[in-house]
Amino acid sequence: MPDSHYLLIIAGMGLVTYIPRWAPVFFLTRKPMPDWLVRWLALIPAAILSALLAPALVVTDEPRTLDLTRPELLVAVPTFLFALKTRSLGGTVCVGMALFWLAGKML
Amino acid sequence: MRKQRLRSHTAHPIGRGAAAAWPICLGYIPIGLAFGVLAQKSGLSLFQIGSMSLLVFAGSAQFIAVSMIDAGASAAAIVATTFMVNLRHLLMSSSLAVYLMGKHRALLSVFAYGITDESYAVNLARFRAGSWTLGPALALNHTANAAWLLSTVAGGFGGRFIPAGAFGIDFALTAMFICLLVFQLRDLRSVVTAAVAGSAAVVLSILIPGNLYIVLAAVVAATAGVAVGRPAGRRKDDAR
Repeated sequence: MPDSHYLLIIAGMGLVTYIPRWAPVFFLTRKPMPDWLVRWLALIPAAILSALLAPALVVTDEPRTLDLTRPELLVAVPTFLFALKTRSLGGTVCVGMALFWLAGKML
Repeated sequence: MRKQRLRSHTAHPIGRGAAAAWPICLGYIPIGLAFGVLAQKSGLSLFQIGSMSLLVFAGSAQFIAVSMIDAGASAAAIVATTFMVNLRHLLMSSSLAVYLMGKHRALLSVFAYGITDESYAVNLARFRAGSWTLGPALALNHTANAAWLLSTVAGGFGGRFIPAGAFGIDFALTAMFICLLVFQLRDLRSVVTAAVAGSAAVVLSILIPGNLYIVLAAVVAATAGVAVGRPAGRRKDDAR
């Protein structure tokens, strides 16, 4: 592919990726947001994290179907309990990786 | 809120930010390598791989773009798809804005470039814990960006020689999200929100192609969470 065409593609991709990242922190940080919006936004992290996580545990890739026997789910349960108990980010990442590696060896 | 183990209060802000980025970097390496291998197989040069990682900096959109380029899709179709895939950052940026009131707009603009699912989740947990400012958050974003850029280029260079799935590293980001989600579960409302978001995301991800399910599930769940009712006399507990 010609370089100029490629550049056009990635410049366009960069722009449409940057704008949604940029507009809220640029425009919403000037005056206090209404109370209801702050309350709603306070729930967005839990909502986004759960929405990113749940399908990664129980939905297969292409074609997407529900599968409750994935090793990801099996490993996620003790990883979740470890996180709940220790509240340690580094520890959870290490334990999760170790368990997933073990699961890969055994399953 | 229970005490969270998010340490290193004394070090320099940049050092603190960079240090906090390690789980993200660890997770980016295998994905970046895989992206590099795929992009290189699709005929992209190392320079093209690196410039995409630098200009776009968005994992899933880059994978999709490469497969679309490979399939001969038009530039307009690729850009439109990228926009849809990355629209979720609008929500993340909005919820970060609560912690960035009155900050310098040039710095905010540089910060915004580095908002990804992963940096968002880590920065937000830190902002919440009250030990975080724009300085370390910026450093975290750009450390993660550097790890992404380097691993995608490295993948294009020689990623084929690294065995897939080594040391469970493919689970690093999932484990990180699990722990960061645990940090967010503070009361009944947040638990309900997470449960609704997770169930809705699973159903919607099966029903509709693409990843619009993330935004839809999050919006529905946060709205449901607000509707669960706020505890009397505990207003603005989550804010700032």
